[in-house]
Amino acid sequence: MDAAELLPLYEQMALIRRTERAAHDLFMSGLVKGTTHLAAGHEAIAVGASAALRPDDYVFATYRGHHHALARGATPEECLAELMSRATGLCRAKGGSMHLTKASVGMLGSYAIVGAHLPMAVGAAWSARLRGTEQIAVAFFGDGATNIGAFHEALNLAAVWKLPVLFVCENNLYMEYTPIAEVTAVARPAADRASAYGIPGEVVDGNDVVLVREAVAGLADRARAGEGPGVLEALTYRHFGHSRADPATYRPAEEVERWLKHDPLDLARARLEALGADTTDVDARVEKTVAAAVEAARNAPAPDPGEALTDVWADGGAAWRT
Amino acid sequence: MADMTGERMTTGRPLTYREAVAEGIAREMRRDPTVVCLGEDIGAAGGVFKTTAGLHKEFGPERVWDTPISEQAIVGAAMGAAMTGMRPVAEIMFSDFLACCWDYLANEIPKVRYMTGGQVTVPLVVRTANGGGLGFGAQHSQATENWAFTVPGLKIAAPATPADAIGMMAAAIRSDDPVVFFEHKGLLATKGPPAPPGHLVELGRAAVVREGGDITLVALASMVPVALTAAERLATEGISAEVIDLRCLVPLDTRAVLASVAKTSRLVTVEENPYQGGWGGTLVSVVVDEGFGLLDAPVCRVAGECVPLPFADALEERVIPTVDKVVARVRDLAAY
Repeated sequence: MDAAELLPLYEQMALIRRTERAAHDLFMSGLVKGTTHLAAGHEAIAVGASAALRPDDYVFATYRGHHHALARGATPEECLAELMSRATGLCRAKGGSMHLTKASVGMLGSYAIVGAHLPMAVGAAWSARLRGTEQIAVAFFGDGATNIGAFHEALNLAAVWKLPVLFVCENNLYMEYTPIAEVTAVARPAADRASAYGIPGEVVDGNDVVLVREAVAGLADRARAGEGPGVLEALTYRHFGHSRADPATYRPAEEVERWLKHDPLDLARARLEALGADTTDVDARVEKTVAAAVEAARNAPAPDPGEALTDVWADGGAAWRT
Repeated sequence: MADMTGERMTTGRPLTYREAVAEGIAREMRRDPTVVCLGEDIGAAGGVFKTTAGLHKEFGPERVWDTPISEQAIVGAAMGAAMTGMRPVAEIMFSDFLACCWDYLANEIPKVRYMTGGQVTVPLVVRTANGGGLGFGAQHSQATENWAFTVPGLKIAAPATPADAIGMMAAAIRSDDPVVFFEHKGLLATKGPPAPPGHLVELGRAAVVREGGDITLVALASMVPVALTAAERLATEGISAEVIDLRCLVPLDTRAVLASVAKTSRLVTVEENPYQGGWGGTLVSVVVDEGFGLLDAPVCRVAGECVPLPFADALEERVIPTVDKVVARVRDLAAY
């Protein structure tokens, strides 16, 4: 990959990292309620995968999905406004951090019940096949989701119906607070199980945006050609705990240090420098964009309370009786 | 499948409820190429209750898909397909098995439109065989419409006649909102007049299936014939009962019920599901809230006992509402 190709990927990753930091700061200052599940450290997976997808492909993410929404084309302003409960939020402040969705760019949602969205991605792939569009669907999920029944049902159905769907596991080594290895019968929770369904299962360094893009592109080509689903297990690490309530003190210091040294942004920056490119301008632009987004979100109005009673039904309302 | 619609219209042959379900789906599949079916044994086998008989033959495997026994995948995939331009009709064989995919019915399908600020619409139908009376035991006999009734965002249809099965299936499949469609096992073999071409029964529109002036009986699905038979018996005793077939729980036609109570001043709901948490409780509370002045007597509910459905006929009959129980309750109320 040359510098001209890599630079925009670096910029997207930097934008995600900076937006996550803003989310963290806003949470700490009481401007984001509830909780947040930051994806700092996981940027290369969202950005690398998105770079390999068509604009009309479908993406389904988890409650840790800020990076997928941003990589797919949601703006920092609409994401932060959503987190800050503003009327201008991505989901008009009805979803929050765990449900970022931008259907217009194929980001079909972030789902907070672990593993639930894998069958949905299978359904979107089925629909693409029925409509003959050659679109594919991608489900991003954590290592914890691999022990959910829906994971197994989704992989089996995708395989028997030979559907164009990719299952991309972000293995950050921890199922919430518990090391995934302690609660899982195989070493690679997603890739090792793919073979049980006759699906190719690959493992990739999830912090290397170039390798992620290549791996996803390979599986996507295969799926688009009608050869069926693929599983990709991308190894990565959370920079923060599971959620804002979790200081992640259970992680060994040397493990944290080792992974922080293997930061996806640092890796991409080093590669760019080796190719003679400079990221100073990009970093400055990202800084400015996110600062403006924070300011705009801060100044946006709260939603009208009447909004609480809209959008249950397709007619826009919430009436359950005559 | 031959186009049964025309055949039946010319012969006027009565239709069974199970045939009506298949015909209702077939009519929509002919109309709209985005309608596709998925479920266990629904293809060449025609469904364990034969409610999809003929669909596979007429529409082929690209429109009628057999699935593994994977309720989460069936309903989850239907959701994903509905979000991306299709109108899937998913079958969950027995309504008891909705519990296996309850996450999709409680957490995913009914919430996604709301929590995305209206970005995503989920036009799907989940069909399922509901209710007892056939001696299938506790895990294949429940009336589970109340499970769905507790969740904002699901429409709930439960036809009582073959013509309604066709007309309500059309409305359910054309609905841009998710619909849980309860087909009652005890009604599958019952017969009724055929439905005219293009028959459509709007969801949320109850039917007055017998007029009367002394008391209103409100029933759903298999309880409609029970209420009608009870009304006939009561008529011989000089009590004139009006019977309302609710047809849907969401939207709930409270207007029709209040209008009837305004006429009769007495109300009994007849429910198969357990009294505890039953839909009749909600209906009664609306009537008491908004129509207290219309009432000349307490409102009553005849409902299932709060026990798992037992196996033996004698035991099952003790648990599910019967004509005798309805008649006895109405007599008490009429004398009030």
